[in-house]
Amino acid sequence: MSDIDQQAPPKSLLVIGGTSDIGRAVASAYAAIGWKITLAARNIEAADRNAADIRTRYEAAHVTVRPLDILETATFAGFLDQLDELPDTVVCVVGMLGDQTRAQNDPKHAAQVIRTNFEGPALLLEMLASRFVERGHGLIVGVSSVAGDRGRASNYVYGAGKAGFTAYLSGLRNRLAGTDVQVVTVKPGFVRTSMTADMDLIGPLTAAPETVAARIAALQMRPANVIYVLRAWRLVMFIIRAIPEAVFKKLKL
Amino acid sequence: MKDLSGWGRYPRLSGPLDVAFDIGPAAAATANLPGVVARGLGRSYGDAAIGRDNTIDATGLNRMQAFDPETGILATEAGVSLAEIIATFLPRGYFPCSVPGTRFVTVGGMIASDVHGKNQHIDGTFGDHVEWLMLALPDHRVIRCSRDENAELFAATIGGMGLTGTILSAAFRLKQIETGWIRQTTHVARNLSEAVALLRQTGTATYTVAWIDVLARGDSLGRSLILEGEHATTEQLPWGDVRFPSSANGRVGVPIDMPGWMLNARTVRAFNELYYRNGARKTGQTTNVPWDSYFFPLDSIANWNRIYGRRGFVQHQCVIPVAKAESAVSEILDRISSHGAGSFLAVLKRLAPGSGLMSFPMEGLTLALDIPVSEKLMTLLTEIDALVVEAGGRMYLAKDATQSPTTFAAGYPQLDRFRQLRSEIGAKDRMASKLSERLGI
Repeated sequence: MSDIDQQAPPKSLLVIGGTSDIGRAVASAYAAIGWKITLAARNIEAADRNAADIRTRYEAAHVTVRPLDILETATFAGFLDQLDELPDTVVCVVGMLGDQTRAQNDPKHAAQVIRTNFEGPALLLEMLASRFVERGHGLIVGVSSVAGDRGRASNYVYGAGKAGFTAYLSGLRNRLAGTDVQVVTVKPGFVRTSMTADMDLIGPLTAAPETVAARIAALQMRPANVIYVLRAWRLVMFIIRAIPEAVFKKLKL
Repeated sequence: MKDLSGWGRYPRLSGPLDVAFDIGPAAAATANLPGVVARGLGRSYGDAAIGRDNTIDATGLNRMQAFDPETGILATEAGVSLAEIIATFLPRGYFPCSVPGTRFVTVGGMIASDVHGKNQHIDGTFGDHVEWLMLALPDHRVIRCSRDENAELFAATIGGMGLTGTILSAAFRLKQIETGWIRQTTHVARNLSEAVALLRQTGTATYTVAWIDVLARGDSLGRSLILEGEHATTEQLPWGDVRFPSSANGRVGVPIDMPGWMLNARTVRAFNELYYRNGARKTGQTTNVPWDSYFFPLDSIANWNRIYGRRGFVQHQCVIPVAKAESAVSEILDRISSHGAGSFLAVLKRLAPGSGLMSFPMEGLTLALDIPVSEKLMTLLTEIDALVVEAGGRMYLAKDATQSPTTFAAGYPQLDRFRQLRSEIGAKDRMASKLSERLGI
């Protein structure tokens, strides 16, 4: 048998946030190209629902569900130890929009939003990064948000959490630049999901979860550092960042 | 408030829409919201998929659950679309046992309307291939219904227009096919009796349907093209053809409402003339047609309902029992052609009896036509409905927007039992659509 006849063993993907619409779409996109999938989520029943869907649609033999609460940082090491294998790629889509007004008045809620968007994902990806470095390779994809590019009155608690996550990913990328471990920051812009179902989104700036997933799956072939899923967002956020603070603070955004 | 009009965009209706992203919330909404009915992709033509007071958007119930390649049985949540099912399973050699004229419908919608396809005379309706379904009732219960469990509720839910509870998930059979191509043979009928005879002769074919020129008059009344189809086997494909072609549909669209005057007797007559002559040239010929253009020709034109203009259109579909089929259809065609504003797509087909309590099919001929809404229309439809009742026929609820409660009651002999069942499960007054209100179900 020549080398060409030998099939490489399937690669594996870990999705942190396996019940979110983007997480489901990312897992589906990778299952479609034959990857093994692990969905990590707090709500096991909801993750099982997605796992069954992926098995049925893609004849995917290896779809597993693992419990994980992103706020329980002390459980992270045990969670990683119990995985069947260290994944080739990890995609973290965990996020919590929260309620801005409530967050202003309720520190507990604010803390939960910030910890869910920043602390949990950053600490977990840091642990995965060191295991990837030890092994010699790996791809880390963090789904952050354009909301983290500049704080705005309407969602700055969420935005600050995402800004922290974006900065963390940036630093991690910088630290690992000399290794075979890649770190990618994805900023989806508006995405049509159950989280945004009640919001009036601007059509041309709104992506489907499948579009976000396709960009993330394409990273296997074409590496990147920071991705705005819809290119228009790069321009929009460039402009928003360029507005002088003296002017920006008076805007209603 | 959301625009919840049906595909015909007549009548125009709006109301609150409650989006259910999971089974639990859909069941809770069924029990908690008054005057409610579930809605899928909104492809029923009239007022079936809008609740009296509340509507549940079930398209979030879009997970597939399990597939058994041995039996071909697929279990999915009720909001999964037929388009997704075909895209997923056709490349593996499976196809649904029954499909309606569009694939932009949900599993729940297909069961609630007990849809049929061009093979209904042989293979039955979609409901005939359902193994079981999970039903959320207004009293917070979620029950499994099949031919063995809660059998009567099962029969009432198939074709029950969502009025027995919310269908949450279901399992149904797919059949194995060798290719995604249909071998289509065209026959020409110069008038109605030839068409009826040809439909009978081609009755052993898996798929058979007649396109009928509703504006033809006199000796040509009922002239038709009869399209017979069989799944092509691998050997029947020309060398080099893809076994399972992917869909080429969805590239064209109707971006805006077309002006109402564009569809008048003259333009439709000209179109029909061309279509008929083009088909007549191919008589007796057999060609391979890809699955999408065979089963879902109109799916290739996004928003095709806009060609009927801002005022919308009515799709009128009746079935007439065998004994009076030809004479009644002939009379109906006569009324339509003298009315003038006919339709591109009129379809004539043989049906076998349906199995649901409120299923539409019965042994006989079904005639379906699209008619743009106008002032004169209602008088015409009243006349036609009277002919349907007189012949012992009935109207298809998934298409209906206009029939009267008496026309409806005359056509559905099991209606009393259906009403009684609704009372027994506490669905009376709780599960209610604009259609059930209009028809007094």
